[in-house]
Amino acid sequence: MSAHTGWSREQMAALAALDIPDGTCVNLGIGIPELVAQHVPPGRELVFHTENGLLGVGPPPAPGEEDADLINAGKKPVTALPGAAYFHHADSFAMIRGGHIGVCVLGAMQVSATGDLANWSTGEPDAIPAVGGAMDLVAGVRRVLVLMEHTTRRGEPKLVERCTLPLTGVGVVSRVYTNLAVVDVAARGLVVRRLAPGVDIEAVRACTGAPLIDGRDGREEGP
Amino acid sequence: MIDKRCSSAREAVAPVHDGATVMIGGFGSAGSPVELIHALIDQGARGLTVISNNAGCGRVGLAALIEAGRVERVVCSFPRSADSEAFAARYRAGRIALDLVPQGTLAERIRAGGAGIPAFYTPVSVGTPLGEGKERRSVGGRECVLEHALTADFALVKAERADRYGNLVYRKTARNFGPIMCMASRVAIVQARRIVEPGEIDPEVVVTPGVFVQRVVEVRDPADESALVREGRRYP
Repeated sequence: MSAHTGWSREQMAALAALDIPDGTCVNLGIGIPELVAQHVPPGRELVFHTENGLLGVGPPPAPGEEDADLINAGKKPVTALPGAAYFHHADSFAMIRGGHIGVCVLGAMQVSATGDLANWSTGEPDAIPAVGGAMDLVAGVRRVLVLMEHTTRRGEPKLVERCTLPLTGVGVVSRVYTNLAVVDVAARGLVVRRLAPGVDIEAVRACTGAPLIDGRDGREEGP
Repeated sequence: MIDKRCSSAREAVAPVHDGATVMIGGFGSAGSPVELIHALIDQGARGLTVISNNAGCGRVGLAALIEAGRVERVVCSFPRSADSEAFAARYRAGRIALDLVPQGTLAERIRAGGAGIPAFYTPVSVGTPLGEGKERRSVGGRECVLEHALTADFALVKAERADRYGNLVYRKTARNFGPIMCMASRVAIVQARRIVEPGEIDPEVVVTPGVFVQRVVEVRDPADESALVREGRRYP
């Protein structure tokens, strides 16, 4: 099954946004997770945190309005909403490590059946190692959501029995949103909560590296 | 009279000695003290250990300091940069050492260094390659590693406004590592866009109290490092 069958990245981000309760402080990882900010359901207020030192991240500035001193963790220009706050790095990571951020949404290279996450290193010997705040986020944020394609570009499973890449954290992931399915990491294993339209569970099992328990509640429609 | 003002960036960085440990503020280009780093390149100190979140952008600032061969070791969380080969080339050639530290652990080790806390336990990095070889202990039922404080001989920091006592305020997300690096260094050297009269910075909004700062220099129109990188500029 092609990695691009099923939900688009926008739809995956919208599904994740639907699961974040009103009033939550949220940290979004670089890449697909950034799309979550564009899909907050009407009537819900989320406060976005960026670990370089801002609570209350707003949308990107209009062209020409960029400020080199106002960027996000991906080093892209952002804006600050009314009610925002700036702070230094130790305070920013105290928010993360002290459990004050309710949800983070991250990308991943691999997630294991027990919620181990690998998302910082390809393990290649000539790669320049770089970790950023990923290990702090998964250790300290109360609920860790992962947005990722179900398989690699080469079709290899990213949901696996055991991660083979260097770990970011052990037993830290709560829920995974892929283009094919929404999967919970539960005590009894990986539980499918939802399938993308037109996708059947056997096809998902065929491109998943760990057993999947069918825990659907009957709804199969998209966001 | 207390007066921490220096007349130039050159004078401000004059005390940095060979083999010094230097904390350098900034997250990417935001808050990067470009003029102080360039003055340090001119000054010539070598064999430096640099503690900074990143390892430089383009061929200016910290990347230029590394490219000039002045840095022996980098302690940082994210040395990879799409727009700079300065660190990567020397790292692959085995000419620069790297201590890779999770970003929050880096910030907390610096904060601890400034607050007189020699070490602390944290669950961050347990079970990962970066937690290997560290002292382990279960605290409150959670597995932790021991992390040691970081201090430095000098810090180079960019602020928005300063006064002669060294009181500082910063600008937006350029604040990042500035306050904690001032705390953790023996000599914090700060470039500020404006040096104002004592009292002009409302005591209620001082971010870094002057006790943490030793030298300040006014750099009226600081370079935007990201613009220098876009323009392909290099230093010297």
